[in-house]
Amino acid sequence: MKYVGGVDVGSTQTKAVIIDENGTVVGRALVDMETSMITVAEDAFKAALENAGIEQSQVVRIAGTGYGRYNVKFGHEQVTEITCHAKGAVSLFPNTRTVIDIGGQDTKAISVKPDGQVDDFTMNDKCAAGTGRFLGAASYALELPLSELGTLALRSKNPVRITTTCTVFAESEIISHLAKGILPEDVLMGVHQAITARCVSLARRVGINPEVTFTGGVSRNQAMVKLIEDAIGTKLNVSPEAHFCGALGAALFARDHAFGLTAEPAVA
Amino acid sequence: MINAVGIDIGSTYTKAICLNGDRKVVGMAVRKTGFKLAQAAEAVFEDLLKNCKLDRSEVTYVSSTGYGRYVVDFRHAQVTELTAHAQAATQLFPDTRTILDIGGQDIKAIKVDAEGRVKAFRLNDKCAAGTGAFLEKTARYLGLSTEDIGPYAKRSTSPKAISSVCAVFAESEVINHLANGIPAEDIMMGAMVSLGGRAIQLMRRVGLEPGFMLTGGMTRNIAMIDALQSALGSRFHVAPDGLGQLNGAYGAAYLGLRRVEKLRAEGKPIPPTAAELGGEEKKPARRWSAMALTERRFEMPADTGDTGECPVVTTETNRGKAPVHRISADEVKAEAGKAVPAAS
Repeated sequence: MKYVGGVDVGSTQTKAVIIDENGTVVGRALVDMETSMITVAEDAFKAALENAGIEQSQVVRIAGTGYGRYNVKFGHEQVTEITCHAKGAVSLFPNTRTVIDIGGQDTKAISVKPDGQVDDFTMNDKCAAGTGRFLGAASYALELPLSELGTLALRSKNPVRITTTCTVFAESEIISHLAKGILPEDVLMGVHQAITARCVSLARRVGINPEVTFTGGVSRNQAMVKLIEDAIGTKLNVSPEAHFCGALGAALFARDHAFGLTAEPAVA
Repeated sequence: MINAVGIDIGSTYTKAICLNGDRKVVGMAVRKTGFKLAQAAEAVFEDLLKNCKLDRSEVTYVSSTGYGRYVVDFRHAQVTELTAHAQAATQLFPDTRTILDIGGQDIKAIKVDAEGRVKAFRLNDKCAAGTGAFLEKTARYLGLSTEDIGPYAKRSTSPKAISSVCAVFAESEVINHLANGIPAEDIMMGAMVSLGGRAIQLMRRVGLEPGFMLTGGMTRNIAMIDALQSALGSRFHVAPDGLGQLNGAYGAAYLGLRRVEKLRAEGKPIPPTAAELGGEEKKPARRWSAMALTERRFEMPADTGDTGECPVVTTETNRGKAPVHRISADEVKAEAGKAVPAAS
């Protein structure tokens, strides 16, 4: 059996996925950002190989994506994360027309044509407002791991309103609310609502058409899923692979090109 | 003998200064603000008394300023930081017409007239880009304290520009540069050059009338002063002996001193402090209340495409609504337009 890999070097975490010829995921890995994007890409890929229980020689093609995609030095091609997220989302949910991706420092909304091609997209290109970084600030202030934030936020009865847009100001605002004795869950819910408002307004710019697939690390947060669903009035597709969607998309491109399913790009 | 104290509670540091009846500085004190503003004010006041070898009873008048000005319950009066900065600037350098104040999370450009009246101002109301937070994040990654960054950056031979506007993205960019083997001093100096450019852009919006003064914590940083001066193409007045960081506190103390002189001349008593008045409702004192100081948000400069603010910030829920904790526009106008007599 031959395999292909996708490595998504994000701002906060690097994701690597290995799939077989049929597109089935056989190994995955998630590595936190290190000082060098080159070594973090290598580490993630090695961990994915280990997870799949295969040798590097069995992997015939590798695609890099994410904002650090050019640091995947062992990759054969680079694909933008927008294209990869669309590809990954459509493979997980074939009826996907809109992809909402919230990562550590990026929020993207992608509209997808019925054939799976990217139609349009918007992203926060200059400002970290409304990204996972907001949750990072809350996690830091509350000294709680990211994985517990959503569950705690859902207990809130009187969410506070986070009035600042800037992530730097929001961190101060969160700590200030806590210092005043406001319940952590109420502050947290406010943070989640602020992210929702920003990401939904971003998504409205490309148009929100069902089905909507939610990807990126923040899709693991249940409170975010619920709030976005309430705001857009439609259910979200959330796959257990959602965090790896970009890497999966990259791997699928590598597979297409390795096995001649589509023409190899002229410029790798 | 008069001892007028000014306390400036900023987003990052709390500053206090004492002026005597001869308008001479008796002493000063600086502390990290933290998140308990009232405690910070109390602690810095204690520090100041110790430095000045004064007893509480010897303090004639206390004026507070900065975003936490309403939490100082031993204050006799409070003034906005704009008024305070403008007054101090005109006192220290009478030809000042344009003030640039760079603080931890704030950056202000203030246009003043010869009498120290505020004619126009601009704040970074939505975004921390171009504030001290930007340098602080860079310094943190390089393992430097804020005191060290100036001398450290001075060693740079080819500054590496930081192209990100957002302070959060800038942090990632710094990590990238480091990973690519760029010397830390070049990154640090590059951050300052980038910050300097954004700060001067804000100044342009009030007009670059000569007679420039730099205030705020950035005055402690020699490399930053250089970067700002080369971006502006002109020199900044910088108050000596660390007074630049205490400019707001100085202005508040000076206004208090003038008030005391006036009251004494009229044979009137010193009014009670906020605590003595009691019952007075404390206004919410938050960093972001300063944002409400201006109705005119960052405006798109005609000459560049850079708005200086976050492009993706339009939220359906907040659009058109006033911020919850805002100072009314009328209050601001009243404060800014108040005629403050010049010192003879």
